[in-house]
Amino acid sequence: MPYDYKPFPFVTPPGLTAPEPRHPVVIVGAGPIGLAAALELANHGVRSVVLDDNNVVSVGSRAICWSKRSLEILDRLGVGAACVEKGVVWKVGRTYHRDREVFNFDLLPEPGHRMPAFVNLQQYYVEEYLAAKALASDLIDLRFKNRVTGVSQAADGARVEIETPEGSYTLEAGYVLACDGAKSPIRAMLGLEFQGVLFEERFLIADIEMEADFPSERRFWFEPEFHQGQSALLHKQPDNIYRIDLQLGWDTDPAEENRPEKIIPRIEKVVGHGRFKLDWHSIYTFQCRRLDRFVHGRVIFVGDSAHVVSPFGARGGNGGLQDVDALGWRLAAVVKGAAPAAILQRYDLERCHGADENILNSSRSTRFMSPSDGAERWFRDATLALAGHAEFARPMVNSGRLSVPCVYPLSDAPDVAGMPLSARPGAVAPDAPLGNDWLLSGLGGEMVVLAIGKPAPEGLVVRAVEVAVMPEVKARYLGDADSALYLIRPDQIVAARWERAEDGVIDALVAAIWEGRA
Amino acid sequence: MSLVTKRNLADQDGAYAALIGAHKGLSDAESTAFNARLILILMNHIGDQAVIGEALALAKASGGRVAG
Ligand SMILES: Cc1cc2nc3c(=O)[nH]c(=O)nc-3n(C[C@H](O)[C@H](O)[C@H](O)COP(=O)(O)OP(=O)(O)OC[C@H]3O[C@@H](n4cnc5c(N)ncnc54)[C@H](O)[C@@H]3O)c2cc1C
Repeated sequence: MPYDYKPFPFVTPPGLTAPEPRHPVVIVGAGPIGLAAALELANHGVRSVVLDDNNVVSVGSRAICWSKRSLEILDRLGVGAACVEKGVVWKVGRTYHRDREVFNFDLLPEPGHRMPAFVNLQQYYVEEYLAAKALASDLIDLRFKNRVTGVSQAADGARVEIETPEGSYTLEAGYVLACDGAKSPIRAMLGLEFQGVLFEERFLIADIEMEADFPSERRFWFEPEFHQGQSALLHKQPDNIYRIDLQLGWDTDPAEENRPEKIIPRIEKVVGHGRFKLDWHSIYTFQCRRLDRFVHGRVIFVGDSAHVVSPFGARGGNGGLQDVDALGWRLAAVVKGAAPAAILQRYDLERCHGADENILNSSRSTRFMSPSDGAERWFRDATLALAGHAEFARPMVNSGRLSVPCVYPLSDAPDVAGMPLSARPGAVAPDAPLGNDWLLSGLGGEMVVLAIGKPAPEGLVVRAVEVAVMPEVKARYLGDADSALYLIRPDQIVAARWERAEDGVIDALVAAIWEGRA
Repeated sequence: MSLVTKRNLADQDGAYAALIGAHKGLSDAESTAFNARLILILMNHIGDQAVIGEALALAKASGGRVAG
């Protein structure tokens, strides 16, 4: 069944009749990132107004692969379980050269995590679930058919000009979150450069509906018989929908290639028959770009407005949700007067780092798929040729390195040599089963001390969570040590760890984090 | 470890002849592809990114690309 788009109603905003009081946060864009940001702020008790120029969820599917980390974040926002339930769970990817499998990967080889490695779920569902939560929240005022036409800022806030079907109005905001997507009009309004590269390659992206029992695995082909000389991707989604990506070459005519008469025969060759319906299709050229900085005074860029990547590796939406994760608790603290604005620079630093890693990985994959003539192609082809003969070459075959959260460079953070790298400072705290519950669920969304195998020190300024040494906890957090103290940030990032912490050390670090010094 | 730039093969002439011999009968395009595979194989065998970096630098420095 194709998705049934139900338009959200336009409600006359109060600002059309009388000036509205200043809002702490105005979010521009109700894509996955704007909606997630509103819900995250609401979790921290902060109100926001969300403005979107449209009145339906994502037209066309776009994002389909949501990572384990995204599901953990979405879970805190109240939609994680719905996404897993509706989505197609997968963790294995297979890469073929011609008709031979040359490489496969398993993204979650170990058990004992609440969330799966990935689910495939059409972006419109994710937005539908997030929008329903946002509409139900007392702290979120979600306004459709409200198009932002201007943003200007002063030292202590920003003004947003808005057009609606019933006229124009203005809002005053403490902070504006630009979640207005890859083409971000706000970026243009502020005259900011969006630097990076465009890949001279075209891809046909199509969703088809068909009855089939293809495995729920990611399958990627280099130079398959059915799509001569190019690459192809096939991926399963719910509702009998399959995603197909076909590389077309740079010399193709996008308008011509986007005609169903042209697309259907191509897809027939992929799936081997004509018993399918074309649900959505588009011809894309991909780019990797980012803003130099994401925080510009009172305007903060989040998601695709701040950075775009090619989709091989699923690092766009997933990267954006990690932006939300890194921003929400900090912005909430600033709005409540509990932290200085300097703390927002940490968001900037960390997410620029994350964006760079995503851009690096996405660029490498795209270039491997679409090498330039000369040396780049010789080595690409050499790698594919070797992959059938030598084990080392198989993992070099790059059809996308799928989104994993980056490790933030917290180089000054207290650490214990020899403890597992998976839980080093800067990394997301690894999940682990705790009897009937899960470690991450127990952390919640506040700063906590995780005391493993020993009681937490008395009288800390933050909540303490004491955990017994279960096997997974030992493997993921202790290694050879018998016990440890972990300081975990509200975004579930490990801030520091100790075997024994001197009096006052933990509280001092907590203070430094809230002041934006760590 | 750093890149070995002193003589490291007992039978240098024999190894050189084997390399040339492997290219015998190949077109320029086939030779290029062969070299690419060979480099990847050797690079993996070396297995030390710092040594590979030194090798890349030496190859670059000794190329004497004609300006133009
Ligand atoms: C083919 C394809 C496949 C992809 N696959 C994946 C994947 O598998 N996994 C993944 O994680 N990511 C994927 N992505 C990327 C993902 O779709 C984006 O990263 C994601 O949509 C970004 O969300 P966003 O909220 O930042 O922006 P958007 O989703 O673009 O939302 C921006 C919102 O802002 C609104 N807006 C714009 N201008 C204004 C204005 N002036 N006033 C008010 N509102 C405005 C728009 O209407 C829109 O609702 C894919 C992308 C493509 C194109």
